[in-house]
Amino acid sequence: MIKHNARNLTNEEFFYGHKACGGCGESLAVRLTMKILGERTFAALPAGCMSAVSFIYPNMAFTTNAIITPFASTGAVASGMAAGLKALGIENTQTVGFAGDGGTADIGLQALSGAIDRNDDIIYICNDNEAYMNTGIQKSGLTPYGTKTTTSPAGKNLPGSITMKKNMFEIVAAHGIQYAATASVGYPEDLMAKIEKAKNTKGTSYVHIFAPCPTGWGHGSEVTIELAKQAVDSGLWYLAEFENGEFILNKNPKEFASVENYLMAQSRFKHLKEEDIEVIKNHRDAKWAKMRKDWQQK
Amino acid sequence: MRKFISGNDAVAEGVRLARPHVISAYPITPQTIAVERLSEMVEDGSLKAEYMHVESEHSAMAAAMGVSSVGARAFTATSSQGLLYMAECLPYASGARMPIVMMNANRAIATPWNIYGDQMDSMFLLNSGWIQVYVEDAQEALDMMIQAYKIAEHPQVLAPMMVNLDGFVLTHTYELVEIPEQDKVDAFLPPIQMSKQVMALDDPKSLCISAGNDFNMEFKIKQERDLQNSVSVIESVDHEFHEAFGRKYHGMMECYKTEDADVVLITTGSITGTTRIVVDQMRAEGKKVGLLKLRYLRPFPAEQLRIALRDVKHVGVLDKNISFGYEGTIFTNVNSALSSLDTVPKTTNYIGGLGGRDITKGNIEEAFEQMMSSDHHDKIQYMNVRCEQ
Repeated sequence: MIKHNARNLTNEEFFYGHKACGGCGESLAVRLTMKILGERTFAALPAGCMSAVSFIYPNMAFTTNAIITPFASTGAVASGMAAGLKALGIENTQTVGFAGDGGTADIGLQALSGAIDRNDDIIYICNDNEAYMNTGIQKSGLTPYGTKTTTSPAGKNLPGSITMKKNMFEIVAAHGIQYAATASVGYPEDLMAKIEKAKNTKGTSYVHIFAPCPTGWGHGSEVTIELAKQAVDSGLWYLAEFENGEFILNKNPKEFASVENYLMAQSRFKHLKEEDIEVIKNHRDAKWAKMRKDWQQK
Repeated sequence: MRKFISGNDAVAEGVRLARPHVISAYPITPQTIAVERLSEMVEDGSLKAEYMHVESEHSAMAAAMGVSSVGARAFTATSSQGLLYMAECLPYASGARMPIVMMNANRAIATPWNIYGDQMDSMFLLNSGWIQVYVEDAQEALDMMIQAYKIAEHPQVLAPMMVNLDGFVLTHTYELVEIPEQDKVDAFLPPIQMSKQVMALDDPKSLCISAGNDFNMEFKIKQERDLQNSVSVIESVDHEFHEAFGRKYHGMMECYKTEDADVVLITTGSITGTTRIVVDQMRAEGKKVGLLKLRYLRPFPAEQLRIALRDVKHVGVLDKNISFGYEGTIFTNVNSALSSLDTVPKTTNYIGGLGGRDITKGNIEEAFEQMMSSDHHDKIQYMNVRCEQ
């Protein structure tokens, strides 16, 4: 399989001229993914930042075929495109869905589950920036504990969001999916390698990409990549794969980088008290204890 | 070949003959037998299509949109709650000008929970940009599946089409149905043509785009203009169908003994058959009654209605639905059409059949008698009910 890196990556752009914010992690994830998938790609995007910034008539940002889907329907529309292409005998194509965290873990979960159940030959990308950013930073099922959003305010009674992130990667894996992975825009070579694997998978594949949002997280647009790295290095996100029915932990740091440094660089976490940070660390440690025990390490 | 089959079977036979590429469907009573038959046809190879087991009606329509976006022929079927569950996707598909065809088994809407036939469900979607046709029997159901693709895919139309048949009364009733030959259907309905609107590898498209306040109205007006103009396509397709298969359905609506009628009852769907018999009986008694079978509710044949009803004294509209807080939906539409006549006929709304309540020949005869009498009666009349009105 091709090992993608900055030197051999194509200069051709398939997602270009969009109106995303400066430093947008999600648009970088889409751009890199499209570079790997190439020009014979059919993309499905539900409501969310990426569709809002790239289909504004008459300026279209995708140079390939692309469609905005009903919010709940990324999996179903992508499946329908793949089925239509198959029935028409159009071969050597890629069908990909790009949904956000809310579009995947909340409203789009049912249609995604259906697509995996049918093992439709599609790639599903979850761009996780941990809240409903397009509508103005509201809490989603993938918003982590202690996050201040516009619907989970931090105040004297609550520390912001009081739920942990849904385990989307494991929910997807529990279907017995052909291939699933987690990635981060902070580790682009790992990300691109996983997209390449997804591209070469027959049947459904899923890649969950951690993607910071300067507007929603309250950080400078120049530190997107740095924060995407720190999330992994501090253990608050993880790089893993699910292949042939096995979980594989790709990166297992001996020592975690500072959680405080990661959190305090973002205004969404600035209010957190020591005990809130303890809750976050304890949750991280429990998760890692389980991953280190049960998952293979490669 | 003639076969003794149910309305659902007839739908499946019609769909098979229309050769869709993909069927995406979710089961709901009373549509189930139609999609069961289609899955069997895919299994035994008599229908070369992909059958997608979607996890909901919302995904059934979303998948059909995906199919249509790449230029393939899509079919789905639903009913009642399922239609409402997929409702969000209907204007999505029509706005993107996707010629999807859907069977809807007309069924009551909860609550109270009820699986039997009325037409509350499809009335909710009159504003969805879909063409809506209502059929009278199993033969018409089969024939309209074939006509529907030809209408929907016509380059001047490019609108999705909903073929409505009354739950149970049509879906589960067995009739002798003529099954057309495949080669004749192929000649009538050629493979779907790739329009400029669909995705292509050599000419990529972005579909279901967003258009702000600077462009939105123009998109909507074009859609509205094309749906209005689809009337001529609907009529010419019916004419062509008659030439090819020997059966005709008179386009937008069928007038039955209305030429010299004093009173006319407007019906949709299966109750038309019952009304035909009542009209024949009353005509034999010398009573000047007539029937207007309204086939299409969208586009709405306002001009044709005005021409057909301009000399009628009293028009009744049979609605198997209520728009709560007002009246039957078809009644509103008919009154609006007739209001521009110089002499507007009197009109009465007969609301009946809700939740599958029987409408008898006697009920229809009473309606005609009431319209013929000079006694005052309320504009809204409920048929065959036990409670006070």
